[in-house]
Amino acid sequence: MPRLSYRRALTRALADELARDETVFLLGEDVQVGASLVTTGLAKRFGTERVRDTPLSEQAFTSFATGAALAGLRPVIEFQIPSLLFLVFEQIVNHAHKFPLMTGGQCSVPVTYLVPGSGSRTGWAGQHSDHPYSLFAHVGVVTVVPATPADAYGLLVTAIRHDDPVVVFAPAGAMDVRDDVVDLEPVPLGRGRVHRYGDDVTVVAIGHLVHDALAVAEELAGQVSVEVFDPRTLYPFDIDGLTESVARTGRLVVLDDGNRSCGIAAEIIASVVERIRLLAPPRRVTRPDGAVLPFAPALDRAVQPSREQLATAIHLTMKDSS
Amino acid sequence: MTDADPVRLYRTVRLIRRFEQRAVELVHGGQIVGGIHPYLGQEGIAAGVCAALGVDDVLAGTHRGHGHVLARGADPARMLAELCGRLTGLNSGRGGSMHAADFSIGVLGANAIVGASGAIITGAVWARRRQGHDTVGVSFFGDGAVNEGMLLEAFNLAALWRVPVLFVCENNGYATTMPVAGAVAGSIAGRAAAFGIRAVEVDGQDPEAVRDASAAAVGRMRSGGGPELIEARTYRFDAHHTFEHAVRLDYRPPDEVSRGRARDPVRIQGERLPDADRAAVDAEVEATLDAAVRFALESPEPDPADALTYLYASGLTVRTGGG
Ligand SMILES: Cc1ncc(C[n+]2csc(CCOP(=O)(O)OP(=O)(O)O)c2C)c(N)n1
Repeated sequence: MPRLSYRRALTRALADELARDETVFLLGEDVQVGASLVTTGLAKRFGTERVRDTPLSEQAFTSFATGAALAGLRPVIEFQIPSLLFLVFEQIVNHAHKFPLMTGGQCSVPVTYLVPGSGSRTGWAGQHSDHPYSLFAHVGVVTVVPATPADAYGLLVTAIRHDDPVVVFAPAGAMDVRDDVVDLEPVPLGRGRVHRYGDDVTVVAIGHLVHDALAVAEELAGQVSVEVFDPRTLYPFDIDGLTESVARTGRLVVLDDGNRSCGIAAEIIASVVERIRLLAPPRRVTRPDGAVLPFAPALDRAVQPSREQLATAIHLTMKDSS
Repeated sequence: MTDADPVRLYRTVRLIRRFEQRAVELVHGGQIVGGIHPYLGQEGIAAGVCAALGVDDVLAGTHRGHGHVLARGADPARMLAELCGRLTGLNSGRGGSMHAADFSIGVLGANAIVGASGAIITGAVWARRRQGHDTVGVSFFGDGAVNEGMLLEAFNLAALWRVPVLFVCENNGYATTMPVAGAVAGSIAGRAAAFGIRAVEVDGQDPEAVRDASAAAVGRMRSGGGPELIEARTYRFDAHHTFEHAVRLDYRPPDEVSRGRARDPVRIQGERLPDADRAAVDAEVEATLDAAVRFALESPEPDPADALTYLYASGLTVRTGGG
């Protein structure tokens, strides 16, 4: 069976969509040579008109894409580092996202913002290690964080075909994940995925943390039966799917590589406890409040949510309900 | 494609003038909530530029955007209904004064974030040309916008990729209360020149001068000349925003205001017409606006249950905020 890497799954999704739909085009910094290794070979195959290198002008090319979308194209922008989203939050939120409503439905803005290498890349320090998906979920921009190669392919394809702006976060920690892949197909937005069934506690894990959650679940097997739920899309969120899982297990722990305060983990917990009564208080394992990733590897790791923290949270949740 | 008819040019400036005056009245009467940024005094720019455009062209305006939309040919009644937040408005009451858009005539939104339109129009024109249209675009902005980084980035992209965008700076001397001299280092034309963009200054109070400069620029752009900039010198007759009518800000010397108002684009263009023609246009515009006001005020308001309709073009729905 072919082993497909997450990174190559993204490349394949881009290639398939460029081939399928003439209106799709790709732009970003150094995409022609494929500096991120995601767009490798695409300029050669599709030409530099459709795979365009841009100057370092994030704000302009982000709104350029909005304009192109208003005129009927489907741009995909690759951002070199996640922190650039802070630079173009204005262009995505104030313009791309708001245009359909503000114009009374006269337009749509089908732009995909692809962020390969989001989160810590170890040693890239304060301005290159953010993972700002919660911000986009908060404002209501469609936000996806795939964990596996098949989901990376399927969600990127769906994002490109979707009529609204979509931010696709491809976590650095997932880029080298490989999978046996048989069928690659579009994955619907807003539909979570249970990676592992369990009876005692539902762990919601986001992006690359799905793999950590699975590892911890495996470690704890025999003591605690852990279900691992991957929302895949953070906005819109599959609250029905998650509620169903937690209704069975009665316990909830969220593993999220974002900052704690006002993060998506808080939102997930609130949404569940509004609907059902849990057997124990829910817990979240996140980056600390307001964290900035420090450089030294041990410090970088200390700020990111860890498997140990997750195992502890699961144990405490079990204890609280016994 | 340039519309050289002096009567039609007069009709446009007169329509915008009276539209704005009627809108200010509706603000004071409480029928337009949130107020407006009046375009009074600057009518010649929108009218002159739009007279140089063809049907396939696109534009994006600003928070002071009524003139651009009207000059492009939007229905004044639906425009006024939009300002009044009515369902019949251009944006079904979802945009209001600062966002009036009419995609059917290439008005891709009035943008209330200063400096935002340049990059959007550059992308839209680039896309339309790729699809085989002979489109040129216009990005209107004020003097305040030339200090926004995104606009300068857009200058670079448009020049580099030779996208035919006419950047029209309406230099009315102030960004809210900040005078140009206190805000703009160097010159506006000089900023364009730094990117290799041809720039001219024009008297924004003379609608024909604006039209002629625009037509020349559009002609060069259509034959592959890349973007250009027009700095139109103008004066805003009224407040930055109608909130000023209530708060009395003191930032413009009275003699400057009277000198500014003396150069009135509506009067300047009107004097080029025989009296009878002018009177006929005035009467026709008045009737149009009477009907527009009636239409706006008699139109239904949107249903609160639909407050987030159109948020997603794909039909995604949102969870309610209530318990
Ligand atoms: C990026 C941004 N900054 C500030 C504002 C608030 N604001 C609205 S209009 C305005 C002044 C704009 O001046 P100018 O560009 O010269 O246009 P004018 O109002 O004179 O037409 C300001 C500061 C805004 N809307 N957007």
